[in-house]
Amino acid sequence: MNRFGVFVCHCGLNIAGTVDVKAVSREIGEIEDVSHSEDYIYMCSDPGQLLIRNAVREKGLDGVVVACCSPTMHEVTFRKAVESEGLNPYVCEIANIREQCSWVHQGDKERATAKAREIIRSVLEKLRGNEVLETLAMPLTKRALVIGGGIAGITASIDLADSGYEVILVERQPSIGGRLDQLSLTFPHLDDARCILGPKKAEIANNPNIRVMPYCEVEEVKGFIGNFDVRIRRKPTYVDWDKCTACGVCLEKCPVESLSDFERGLTTRKAIYTGALSENSGKPVIDPIHCRHLVDGTCTICQEVCPEGAIRYDQGEELLEERVGAIVVATGYDLFPMEKIGEYGYGRIPDVIDGLAFERMLSPSGPTGGEIRRPSDGRIPQEVVFIQCVASRDPERYMPYCSRVCCMYTAKQAKLLKQKIPNSQPYIFFMDVRTDSKGYEEFLQGAIEEEELIYLRGRVARVFREGDRVRVWGEDTLTNRKVELDADMVVLATAVVPSEGIKDIAARLRATVDKHGFLTEAHIKLYPVESPTKGIFLAGCGQGPKDITDTVAQASATASKIQSLFSQDALLQDPLVAFVDPEICSGCGICVQVCPYEAREMDEYRGISKVHEALCQGCGACIAACPNNACELRNSKAVQVFGMMETFAEGAEGSLADG
Amino acid sequence: MDKPMTTVELPDIEGRQTFLAEVQERCGENLGLCYQCLKCTVGCPTAPYMDFNPNTIVRLIQFGLKREVLESNAIWLCVSCETCGTRCPNEIDIGLLMDALREMSLEEGYRAKEKGVVALHNAFMESIRRGGRVHEATMLMEYKLRSGDYWTDLIPGMKLFMKGKIPLLPGRIKGIDSIREIYKKTQKQRKVLEDREGKSK
Repeated sequence: MNRFGVFVCHCGLNIAGTVDVKAVSREIGEIEDVSHSEDYIYMCSDPGQLLIRNAVREKGLDGVVVACCSPTMHEVTFRKAVESEGLNPYVCEIANIREQCSWVHQGDKERATAKAREIIRSVLEKLRGNEVLETLAMPLTKRALVIGGGIAGITASIDLADSGYEVILVERQPSIGGRLDQLSLTFPHLDDARCILGPKKAEIANNPNIRVMPYCEVEEVKGFIGNFDVRIRRKPTYVDWDKCTACGVCLEKCPVESLSDFERGLTTRKAIYTGALSENSGKPVIDPIHCRHLVDGTCTICQEVCPEGAIRYDQGEELLEERVGAIVVATGYDLFPMEKIGEYGYGRIPDVIDGLAFERMLSPSGPTGGEIRRPSDGRIPQEVVFIQCVASRDPERYMPYCSRVCCMYTAKQAKLLKQKIPNSQPYIFFMDVRTDSKGYEEFLQGAIEEEELIYLRGRVARVFREGDRVRVWGEDTLTNRKVELDADMVVLATAVVPSEGIKDIAARLRATVDKHGFLTEAHIKLYPVESPTKGIFLAGCGQGPKDITDTVAQASATASKIQSLFSQDALLQDPLVAFVDPEICSGCGICVQVCPYEAREMDEYRGISKVHEALCQGCGACIAACPNNACELRNSKAVQVFGMMETFAEGAEGSLADG
Repeated sequence: MDKPMTTVELPDIEGRQTFLAEVQERCGENLGLCYQCLKCTVGCPTAPYMDFNPNTIVRLIQFGLKREVLESNAIWLCVSCETCGTRCPNEIDIGLLMDALREMSLEEGYRAKEKGVVALHNAFMESIRRGGRVHEATMLMEYKLRSGDYWTDLIPGMKLFMKGKIPLLPGRIKGIDSIREIYKKTQKQRKVLEDREGKSK
């Protein structure tokens, strides 16, 4: 005979206001194998838990049902409570009489009470079939993969490496640094981007725990949390980096030029180039689309001039296999392409540029050596119009969200413009100015006060070329005036969008993205740096637009999550997963196809299906799909579920029926 | 806002910056601080009668639209109640600004749109010069003489007088010498204004 205990919670008045908890507790107590039954105002409170623990100990209970809220709330609480008294946690079950009873039947106390009783009776029926289970322990590879070498990836890598774990940092560009490498000074303290990035890059280079893999991409990811098998593709650089001394002769002599992505098209780069062109320190790669040798074999200049003989036109790509325990996705952002914005000139007016291009202009290492000059004729501009919210906050045509960084970088750019060209006048068209972080509002007000920036609230209707200037039609809604002015240059604060290829990467990782392509987190407040896919962690703008401060904070949060994961000896996992009866399984493989977590695989030798317990989330898809009922879920076996349904059906015939 | 939307074409940058600098110099306020929260306008008792709201006046100065500002009736309808300046989150004293704009308007020979307003302004200033504070009886008399408008508000004026609201004799203040000193320093400017009055009546 079982010795079950049932504990009915009032949840204040949440349950007791609708369900007669005393009556339920009394009636359940009369069931034969229930040796203890009681009610209490808050079971989850310390005294409530103590009631359960005392009953388990004093009455020698071998199974517990807590009738309370949803198991997502307090299942863990009560399982820990019974475990502390030596009872197996998997014989503690929750009967949900709040969300599924009292909250939905307010005003019908009699039948709500009957239903609560039947819910508890059916859970007792399930408990009768429960097995004692042990937590699963999985091996753990204490090495992390970081995808993306911007400030997010760099920060996460350093934090992880400093705590003693190995890190593989994969970057698809020829060198690490990311977007931060393109910036001039950063808000709100006007620190030089290089002074932030430089020491971090040096730390990366000197840290023996970090293996940087530039010009590489993640090709394939298999496995699961604790043990991912990753295939990394090293793209051909056509340069033997072991021999190359980064002397730069090839960069000088290469005869082919194309627009530089890094310089946002403000200048050209050679067909052989380094990642951060301006820095001229990284080792070069050859662009196979523009290199004349690789296109039609007509040029071998770089090979001829290289003093080290490092050029390898025949170099192929390399595939590398690595096993890691956790993956950080720090893939960063792009700016919304100006070419898609008709009213601002479709990217055709040379003096209309985007925020990143203006950053390159402001940067001392940029194409103009830090001087602000009009791209069309090189003249120093006097009147510059900045337009905020370009393609952001425009749900009908572009992106509905706020890109978060534009208000601040526009204020900063206008301030720097005024400092570099004192007789210039910046105009800033805005919808709202959002300065929601420490020191930001003060920065903005300071800039307006000192630099006489003119802020105009309203969207710009049209930007077009008039002679050699750019005509701007806007509105100042605060004074109810339409404003027309001739600007020398227009800077668009275009929307932050996820970087190209994010959807492919996410698909390979089985991570999810929202409709704009930003990686989704498991829970916006409770698990903000975890992907819903276990073992995948998020950092930086790939998850959503954010500034450097937030990016670094998020990257460190990610690293600390991984540190706590890696600090375990083995990976502990809930044992409530699927299992297969090898006597019944016919090896049809339907379960393998339906499993959304890739937890099912065919055992080729035995000809039957098997379960990767570490991957299985216990969703039940395979159980429903199995034509032979060979798949079962631990502690939710078919016999238990049918038993619950029968119990409930009996009750429905009696007290729950109408009238 | 019931004031009609009009289009403004911004003048060239030099003109704009000069006018802004001149106004700021005259009133001593930093107009760059204005972030157009409109608190001045919502509290202003005369804003409903103004052609431009106080916040718009600030913006028009930033735009360098000198003529629109100095010709507006807003600068003359301001009663210097100081509600705007008291409430401004950036401590811009719009009352001082309006004072400066009135003087600039007269100096540059713009015609005030409101009838008799310049005469009242000057009668007010003279009254203060004489006694250090306004003496209603002499100020009103002076206004009547300056404007040539003898009959308007005569009966309400008499009633006020009967109730003792318009004292016959002016009061004296302690700092009268300092007031006179101020007037002396700005005499040259005042002379110009007096001369303009005839034209802008």
